[in-house]
Parts: sequence; C-alpha cells; structure tokens
Amino acid sequence: MPVTRQADRRRKPDALPGFRLTLGVTLFYLCIITLIPLAALLIQPWSNGFHGFITILTSPRVLAALKLSFGSAAIAALVNMVFGLLVAWTLTRYRFPFRRVLDALIDLPFALPTAVAGIALSALYAQNGWLGAPLERIGIKVAYTPLGILVALVFIGLPFVVRTIEPILADMSLEAEEAAATLGATRLQTLARIVLPTLAPALMTGTTLAFARAVGEYGSVIFIAGNLPRVSEIAPLLIVIRLEEFDYPGAAAIGVIMLIASFAILLALNLLQRRLARR
Amino acid sequence: MTTRTRRAAEDPVAMRLICIAITAAFIIVLLLLPLITVFAQALAKGLGLALSRIETHDAWTSIRLTLIVAAISLPLNTLFGICAAWAIAKHTFRGKVLLTSLIDLPFSVSPVVAGLAYVLIFGMQGWLGPALRLWNIKIIFALPGIVLATLFVTVPFVARELVPLMIDQGRDEEEAAVSLGAGGLQTFFRVTLPNIKWGLLYGVLLCNARAMGEFGAVTVVSGHIRGLTNTMPVQVEALYNDYEFVGAFALASLLALLALFTLALKSLLEWRYAGEIAATHRH
Amino acid sequence: MSLIVESLVKHFTTYPALKGVSFTAPQGAFVALLGPSGSGKTTLLRILGGLEFPDAGAVRFADLNWLAVPARSRRAGFVFQHYALFRHMSVAKNIAFGLSVRPKAERPSRREIARRVEELLSLVQLEGMQDRYPSQLSGGQRQRVALARALAIEPRMLLLDEPFGALDAKVRKELRGWLRNLQARTGITTVLVTHDQEEAFAVADLVAVMNDGMIEQYGTPQDVRRAPRTRFVAEFLETKGRPRSSPPLEDRTGFHSWRDLN
Repeated sequence: MPVTRQADRRRKPDALPGFRLTLGVTLFYLCIITLIPLAALLIQPWSNGFHGFITILTSPRVLAALKLSFGSAAIAALVNMVFGLLVAWTLTRYRFPFRRVLDALIDLPFALPTAVAGIALSALYAQNGWLGAPLERIGIKVAYTPLGILVALVFIGLPFVVRTIEPILADMSLEAEEAAATLGATRLQTLARIVLPTLAPALMTGTTLAFARAVGEYGSVIFIAGNLPRVSEIAPLLIVIRLEEFDYPGAAAIGVIMLIASFAILLALNLLQRRLARR
Repeated sequence: MTTRTRRAAEDPVAMRLICIAITAAFIIVLLLLPLITVFAQALAKGLGLALSRIETHDAWTSIRLTLIVAAISLPLNTLFGICAAWAIAKHTFRGKVLLTSLIDLPFSVSPVVAGLAYVLIFGMQGWLGPALRLWNIKIIFALPGIVLATLFVTVPFVARELVPLMIDQGRDEEEAAVSLGAGGLQTFFRVTLPNIKWGLLYGVLLCNARAMGEFGAVTVVSGHIRGLTNTMPVQVEALYNDYEFVGAFALASLLALLALFTLALKSLLEWRYAGEIAATHRH
Repeated sequence: MSLIVESLVKHFTTYPALKGVSFTAPQGAFVALLGPSGSGKTTLLRILGGLEFPDAGAVRFADLNWLAVPARSRRAGFVFQHYALFRHMSVAKNIAFGLSVRPKAERPSRREIARRVEELLSLVQLEGMQDRYPSQLSGGQRQRVALARALAIEPRMLLLDEPFGALDAKVRKELRGWLRNLQARTGITTVLVTHDQEEAFAVADLVAVMNDGMIEQYGTPQDVRRAPRTRFVAEFLETKGRPRSSPPLEDRTGFHSWRDLN
C-alpha cells in the first residue's frame, strides 16, 4: 500500500509510541494472510488467456451455478430484510417474556459451525424430518431443492440484518415519533415516514452484509441443497468440485468472479457506511 | 377498570401481539429447531451410542486437530487485532479507511474462495508447489494449510471489536500515562489493556467460535484424510456422507455445545460489561 | 531556568493552529493562556507537554532543548481537561502511577510510594479516599486527584488544560485559590489554559491573550486589563468579562478555607 507508506514517511512524531511497529505488523500480517493469496487468485485465470477464462465462465453448468448463488442470496437477503426489520423492532421496542432468550438466539448462526447447521437443517427438512414431513404432506418439498438453499441462506443471514439495525433502533429517540404524533400523523404514517427512513441506511447495510455472506456460503447449504448440477449446485460447491478434479483454472475462474463480486459488495458497504456516518 | 391511553410512540396492542408472535415463531422455527435437531439426532439411539461414537479414534483426532488449529490461530489473530487497533484507533494517518476495509475483507469473501487462493499458491500445481515438494514441505492437505485458511476467515474478529472500542475511549489516558513517565509497553499493559479486556475477550470468543467451526475454507485445504487432516466440522461432513448419522450428530453436538457456551458467555459480557465492549456489534 | 518559547508554528491538516508564538516566563512563574476556543492555546500547552510536536520553532526550559526531550522524560505534570484518570485504578493507584512506572533503579520502595501517596492525598484534601475509583468521585474530587497524580512525579513544570472548566462556579473558585497557593508554595513553573478571563486574572502572574494562533498581548493581569493593546483583546475582555468591580483580594490569594492547609 504505497499511499500509507508515503504518509508514514512524512509523519510527524507522536507522543504515543508504537505506531510504526503496530502498523507494520498489521500490514505485514494482512499481506501474508489475505492480500497476497487473493492477488494470486486474481492473476491465475489469465494463464489460459482471456478467451479461456470466458469459455469456462460461459459453460452452462458454471452459469447456472453463479445464477443460483447470486439469485438465491438476493432472495434470502430480501426475506431477511423484511423479517429482520420486524424481529429487530419487536426485540428492541416491546417487553415480553423470553425476550432475552430470543434475542440471544439471534446470534446462533454466528456461533454455530456452518456444517452443523447444514446437517441439522437437512435432517429437519428431510422427508421424514420434523418440518419436512408435514410440509411434504401439503406438497412442499424443501430438502434437496433450491427452496432448501433459500432456507439455509435465510438462516445464516438473519443476524446480519437484526444486529445492524438494533443499535440504531435502540438509540433512536422517541421524541421524533412523538413529535410526528403531535403534528397529527397516524402511527402507521409515523412508522413509514419517520422510523423507516431513519433506519434505511442501516437496513441496507445489514441486507448487503447478509447478501455478501449468502453468496459465498458453503457449509450450511451443501447438505440441504441436493447439489444437482444446473439445478441446485451453488458456485462455491462447483469450485470445490473443480479442485477435486484438479481443474485449477476452472476453479480459479469461478473464484475470481466471486472475489470481484466481494469487492463490489465491499465498495457498496463503504458507501453505505459513509452515508450512515454522515447522520 | 382504568382505560389507559396509549402513549404517542406506542404501537396498538394488536400490532404488538402480531409482531411478537411472528418474531417468536420465526426465531423458533428458523433458529431453535435446527439446534434442537442436532441434539435429538445425536441422542436418537441413546446417550451410550452417541458417546461411543465420540470415542472413536477418528473423532478424537479431529477434536485434537481442531483444538490445535484454534490454539495456533487465536494468539496470532489476537496479536494482529491489538496491533491493528492500536495503529488505527490511537493514531491518525492517511489510508485508514482503506486499511479498515482491507481488514474487513474476509467477511465478504467466500471461505471456499479463500481456501482456493491458498491451493493456488501452495498446492501441487500451485506457484510454490514444485519448490515445496523439493524441500518436502507440506502445506496443503496438512496442518499449515488448515491454520492458514482458518487465519484468513478469522482475521477481522478481534480487530473489529477493538477498533471502535478504542476509538471510543480516546487517547487521553495513554497520553496521561506517557506524561507521567510510562513507556510504551507500560502504557499498554497498565492503562490500555485493563480498559479493553472485556472487549478483547468478546472478540477472542467470537474468533474462537469461528476458528473451531470453520468448514468451507478448511474443507478445501484439508484433503479429507480421516484421522489426520479432518477437523471436527470436516469429520462431521465425512460421517454424514457415510450415513453415520449418530456419529455425525454426536460430534456436531459438541460443536453445538461450544456454540451455546459462546452465546451464553457473549450475552453475559454484553449484559454485565455493556460499557466496556464496543457499542455496536456487527460481524 | 526560565521557559522560552520561540516562534512556534503548528499546522493541522486543514488549518493552522499556531502561527508563530513566542513568550518568555521566568522560573516559577504562573502563566495563563487566555483565549476563545480554537485560538491555539491547548495546542501550545500540548506542545509544552510533549503530546504534540510543532512544525517549526523552539522551546527552551531548564536549559534544555525541551522539544528534544520525549514526553515521558519531561516530567511535565499534565492535568487534562477531562482529567484522564485511569478509570480502572483506585485513587491511590492513580496517584502512584508515575512513581511505579519508573525503572527499577529509580523507583521508590513500596512503602515510600505509599507514604508519598498519603502525603499528596492530604495535600489535595482527599484523606481516606485512596480506595475509591474515579467513577465514585465528584468532579472537584477528580480534579484534585488529577492534580495529585501530576504532582506525584515532582514535576519540573505543571501544565493545566482548562482544569476547572467542568466544575460548578463555587468549587471552581475554591480550587482556583487553592491552586494559586500551592503554586506559590512549590514554585513550579505553571502554564494554565483557560477561556475564562476572571480565572486567568485571578491565578496568573502573567497572562497571554491568544487569538487565531497568535499571542495578541502578554503581560501582567493588571497591564492587560488596564491597557488592552489590540482591538481583539479589548473586545474579548469586554464581552466575556461581566462588568464588575475588581475582584476582592481573596480571589488572588486563596480562599480562607484552603489557606492554612499544610
């Protein structure tokens, strides 16, 4: 990062020691652990030329996997946006029994290993599972279908939305809402025109985080997905399959697309964050 | 009977009840049921069978490997988190925003892509593959690769927790310590560390949960050698794919217990030391 | 052994904080830097304490190139605006901090440290408070702990950043008189930052009125008050100073209740 190093050289002395050392350790560690490996990945697919790269990406199986990953992640993020907002609102604004327990459970997807979540969801929604059996009877198949993927992605994405908007909701003073009421707004108008706009940037941030996580999710999805090529095979799984076939260029090409998507999401998040900070 | 008029910022009773009902149902079905399923499946054929499945050699080695990986990656990421937070929170420099985004990068990169990146560098056909083979160093399909992959996905946890907390605390106390004659390490250990210890514990706790439970990144670099390079989550997958459901869920129960322990401790920290951990928690 | 500040210049990224500031104060003087917020007075104080570094200029103190001495070796007792007490340490630990971080060879024995803490506690009238934590103290008490902590290192220079800003008027007046007495007794060269002219005139031997990164006027309180040299000084004194007869003598020499301490 030349920018930082340049600033460093022109740096004035600082009363608190350790800046150079700690920044140096930080940059060195980041380079070794994340930056160099990701740079290696970005360079890899061009070894077969741009044409080779495109050929890999436009194969029907790869296209279907990418479409499935991004599509189901987007739908899951939207589901989480709606329910996450409702859950966060309920948990911060209302007092009721077991509220604390429910609130603590929100973090379960952060704490529970994805593979564990994966086999649990799969067992739960299987034909003979607690939820799978009754759903089957009314004609809904979840396990081993794209619907199962959606369930897993909603599972892992929920805390991102809830935990992002909860602090904003908690900090929001009731005064604005009360002011709206004194000006003659109905409760619904107040919610739609005062509360929702205040929450909007945080809600967008949370939804984007949930989307980012869902696009790359692997562990919780593969057990319930069925993994049928071109139907329920997600992009990360296809990377794993290509690697097991020792098809490095094939794996790298999909990886690069996903990495570029990550960068784009990160950029969007930064812009959102800046809007959030300006409030 | 008194009829209480609703306060202006209060919602109608019906709306409250509906919201609470939906929230409870959503959390129970989506989050609680899977958790219960893990234990129910493990105990489906009795506690004895479940325990015997954990006592197999492969299960034990996977537990040991997971503990080793966590024991290596936690101190490294903690040290990194403290360094990053000291530089970012207590000093001003250009490129701070960029650096913060780079630290957060692993949160938005698929773990599988992270594992892939390491395979491309250290794998047999990777850049350093031939050189490593020459010196007989194994990274991929061995412990170093698993540690690296785990480090990648857990890099941001501690830093993420400490940076906002330390920005919030400012540098007044550190400046006071220096003006009273304290050196850098004295200032850190006697003034900064006591103020951030609960936040640090919080970050390490989350980092640990993720390190022990990481699956996507590890699965790519582990090579699935049973009794050797299978961490607990990878072993769970292997057993599940073999239709060894009791064994898979028994091992998964241990990980679920770890998750419950993490959640309990996390809630305790948030409740007891609310002022001493960062105000917002996003992961 | 006087304090000599020569043409200090300091730029922050967007604006200049000091545009060439010079003044001289004899050993043992009590100097007040008086000015509105943003006038650069706190920056100047932080430079004297080694917490900030000027882009140009020089400071000499105790026959040393003061700017070359790192903050931790300056023995400049700094009292922060918001006290910056170590919140996880008891009052006694706070006061003892400066002594306990000395290298082993120079560190007083545990008993000696305890004795000194005791002494300082009675000096700042906080006997019996040694086991309290900062959060259990009132603003005035915190202020006095901060002072005791700064005095514990036997400072060569005492630097006070709006030390009474957060206190109510009555406590402020009491502490002010007490501080004046203490300074006169110890003879430590002291620099105080304030935006309150009444405070500056009440405690200081010399007042530097600052505006926009420069010293507009420097002199004794009487001179500054009697003959403002620039329009800014005249207006600043007029608007901020509630018109009243000159303060009673008690204000300069200390409050009765504090007078006979020690």
